[in-house]
Amino acid sequence: MRDTLKWGVYMQFSRRRFLGTTAAVAAGVTLAAPSIRAQGAPVKVGILHSLSGTMAISETTLKDVMLMLIEEQNKKGGILGRKLEAAVVDPASNWPLFAEKARELITAQKCAATFGCWTSVSRKSVLPVFEELNSILFYPVQYEGEESSKNVFYTGAAPNQQAIPAVDYLMESEKVQRWVLAGTDYVYPRTTNRILEAYLKLKGVKQEDILINYTPFGHSDWQTIVRQIKAFGGAGKKTAVVSTINGDANVPFYKELGNQGVAAKDIPVVAFSVGEEELAGIDTKPLVGHLAAWNYFMSVDAPENKDFIKKWQAFIKNPKRVTNDPMEAHVIGFNMWVKAVEKAGTFDSEAVIDAMIGVAVPNLTGGISTMMPNHHITKPVLIGEIQADGQINTVWQTSGLVVGDEWSDYLEGSKDLISDWRKPLSCGNFNVKAGKCGGKA
Amino acid sequence: MNRLPNFLAAIALVLAAFLCAAPSARAQTLDETLARFATDRFPDTARAVEEIARSGHPMALEIVEALTDGRLAWRPSDRRLYVIGADGATRAAETGKAEPDSEAAGLRRVRVNNPVRQTIAAALGVLRLNSADPGQRRVAAEAIMQSRDATQAPALEAALGRERDARVATAITLALAALRVVDPAQPESVRLAAIDALAERGSRDALVLLRSIPADAPAAIRARAERAAAGVERHLAILGGIQNLFFGLSLGSVLLLAAIGLAITFGVMGIINMAHGEMVMLGAYTTFVVQEVLRAHAPSLFDWSLLFALPLAFLVSGSVGIAIERTIIRYLYGRPLETLLATWGVSLALQQAVRTIFGSSNREVGNPAFMTGSFDLFGIALTWSRLWIVVFTIAVFAFLLFVIRYTDFGLRMRAVVQNRAMAGSVGIRTNWIDAFTFGLGSGIAGIAGVALSQIDNVSPNLGQGYIIDSFMVVVFGGVGSLWGTLVAALSLGVANKLLEPVAGAVLGKIAILVFIILFIQKRPRGLFAQKGRTAES
Repeated sequence: MRDTLKWGVYMQFSRRRFLGTTAAVAAGVTLAAPSIRAQGAPVKVGILHSLSGTMAISETTLKDVMLMLIEEQNKKGGILGRKLEAAVVDPASNWPLFAEKARELITAQKCAATFGCWTSVSRKSVLPVFEELNSILFYPVQYEGEESSKNVFYTGAAPNQQAIPAVDYLMESEKVQRWVLAGTDYVYPRTTNRILEAYLKLKGVKQEDILINYTPFGHSDWQTIVRQIKAFGGAGKKTAVVSTINGDANVPFYKELGNQGVAAKDIPVVAFSVGEEELAGIDTKPLVGHLAAWNYFMSVDAPENKDFIKKWQAFIKNPKRVTNDPMEAHVIGFNMWVKAVEKAGTFDSEAVIDAMIGVAVPNLTGGISTMMPNHHITKPVLIGEIQADGQINTVWQTSGLVVGDEWSDYLEGSKDLISDWRKPLSCGNFNVKAGKCGGKA
Repeated sequence: MNRLPNFLAAIALVLAAFLCAAPSARAQTLDETLARFATDRFPDTARAVEEIARSGHPMALEIVEALTDGRLAWRPSDRRLYVIGADGATRAAETGKAEPDSEAAGLRRVRVNNPVRQTIAAALGVLRLNSADPGQRRVAAEAIMQSRDATQAPALEAALGRERDARVATAITLALAALRVVDPAQPESVRLAAIDALAERGSRDALVLLRSIPADAPAAIRARAERAAAGVERHLAILGGIQNLFFGLSLGSVLLLAAIGLAITFGVMGIINMAHGEMVMLGAYTTFVVQEVLRAHAPSLFDWSLLFALPLAFLVSGSVGIAIERTIIRYLYGRPLETLLATWGVSLALQQAVRTIFGSSNREVGNPAFMTGSFDLFGIALTWSRLWIVVFTIAVFAFLLFVIRYTDFGLRMRAVVQNRAMAGSVGIRTNWIDAFTFGLGSGIAGIAGVALSQIDNVSPNLGQGYIIDSFMVVVFGGVGSLWGTLVAALSLGVANKLLEPVAGAVLGKIAILVFIILFIQKRPRGLFAQKGRTAES
């Protein structure tokens, strides 16, 4: 609610001053760019991840990965002959602060690109800032889709690169007929569950075979809900739980599953927000067989991955540190940005944004990921089972790479929309039925 | 007449052929079965498990057990199958003969997924039905009941004939009932008896079976099943109610545990201590450190780790509490707003300090053996960790009551709270009593942290999740009343858990908050209002 309000205010503001701002930015960039390049001064790369507060648990690692990537690139001589310099800020898990810090990175620190955000609400908070100042953001986390911005490159999974294939796997391989959609009560689980509900009904699942359950952030007492799941699953049809439970609440949830004896072979739980990093805080023996859907697992047997793990553990000076999917997304995003800057021959955001589309770099699972015109990338989808050692082993994967679909095909409001940032269309929400750009159908 | 010898000869020939062919045919299929383990495809593995369980092969049980534990391996070069012992020794799966260690190189483990695990459970049911261990036989019978594999009925009947153990016999009877109740070939009387056996059991899987009787079954069977199902459903509903009540009590005891320290610092001393949650967190991290030390130096004592952690957590949180009181809070008595801001600052500082020392990710605190798993009490599943926390909370509450009522320190504390000037003039060092009272409240919070580390995340944010709830409990119960805190915590817990299945977790929480706001409007002093002069001041 608050987000939409801000967005509306911004739109009005932006329409009035649109021409003026663009002209000023363009002029500033053309004047500034050659003079800096001549000096060969270092170029700043913004890192916008929470280092304190609730999200520090997930985001601190991403800051470290970025520092490692920048250090590595500098060893190779930087980009276009200029060294990179990390500009780290701490938005402290405070969503409005994300917008302030983003503005600071772009205007005061003059960052060429920013890598950051984890929760969708933080991304929605910084979005107007990046669009107003025409800067670049790389967003590394799986998210709910239903968005496409000229200034954001989404290197995490869209729902069709994670949720839909996971449901397909459970239907085909485990013959699941009843579904519990359990999530934390905020925008990502609600949108994902809306998409999944529509998709399941399309596949012929009846309303009475779907149970949707939301819990508050940080929910810690799961007794009644796990019992409810057990009762729902005890009705004779194979049942699975699709979990969009986020962050800290997962640990007590899995502990309660183990305590109440819900084994994976009876009621499997497939999670979209639980990776190696989250499992590091739990005894995973009771969880063996529960599933996770991602585009990367630390256990993937590929030379690129082995190499990355070795470098990461050496950088962080801890041979036990794990890697996870959003880390891979930053690796892909950073390498794409480097290539795009080299292709454009300049750090100017307008030129780099155009150069980004079509850039292809190796991902860590042995394939090549490409940036598509909708600012999403191609990825393989992996379904893995949790092992006793806290790792996730792949049990199924898509035969090829899947293109991220920003506007879901299963939702009424968005199935006619596409996004294509190539000129001359340059539109984030083109309605193919109405044949024009802008707005929901 | 002369045809008879020919006929006999033919039979002899056929028999001979059969006798010769049978072993080779069987060997052939066994080879095929074992080869299926080595294709690295899950459906093949599942089929191989099914086949080997039926083969009667002497190594069958060992192979399936090895697969369960991830000790079954195959060699990519010739697809031969090996069982790896717990000691790492390799044996050929087919013969059970030991193989030299050099052969173990390059072996790949046979992988399993959930569908394979399900097949394994059913196969173990078949294989372990004749086990020497009654516990394993019971699990086997239950596995067959789960898999509803009708071909196992004869095996079950045979097992029932030999069974001496009453509990195993019941499990086998139930499994048989589950197979017979849906089997149209059985006579009506047998099926009716099966229905009665299932109704007796009264569990959810019995209900599913009773509901799954096909519409073409005789009317008598359908009617009996219908009645039995209704009875089971009523039984389950009652059990569900009792279960929710227990969930509520357990949530209530967690709330009480978190709030009880606050009942002293806020309730008795009137300090709005926003850093209370961080005292709980320090207690949880103390448990983590104790466990790490024990893991490294005395693994045999691990099950006692919580016992070591309790006094340490009390000391750590208590001394941090005293330090905060001496350095900050004592200058702010009588200024609640400043205290609130200052302690909030302290809470942020403590969080960041812990984050710097231990890192921002969750720390793994293990459950001792006696706190893992659950047990069944008349059909109600009780988890050990929750049960122990209820017991522990009662003990802490009793300890606190004892300290306040019967010790010298408790007497002085009450004196200072009731009339500071008078207490001071009879020789009580009131500011030391303040410090130690605050220390006691914080120490109790530290003890709560030890218990909460068993059910919640041990992260720097641990305390934040409890601070609002703790204040709610203390205010609702009546500031200054320990008994009020007890009643408030338990009733909020039960109300929350009874609302949750109906309204959902989010709405349930909102409903409770609204109720408390309205309640405080009506009775500003809470459930158990303090009366008399102390209440006025």
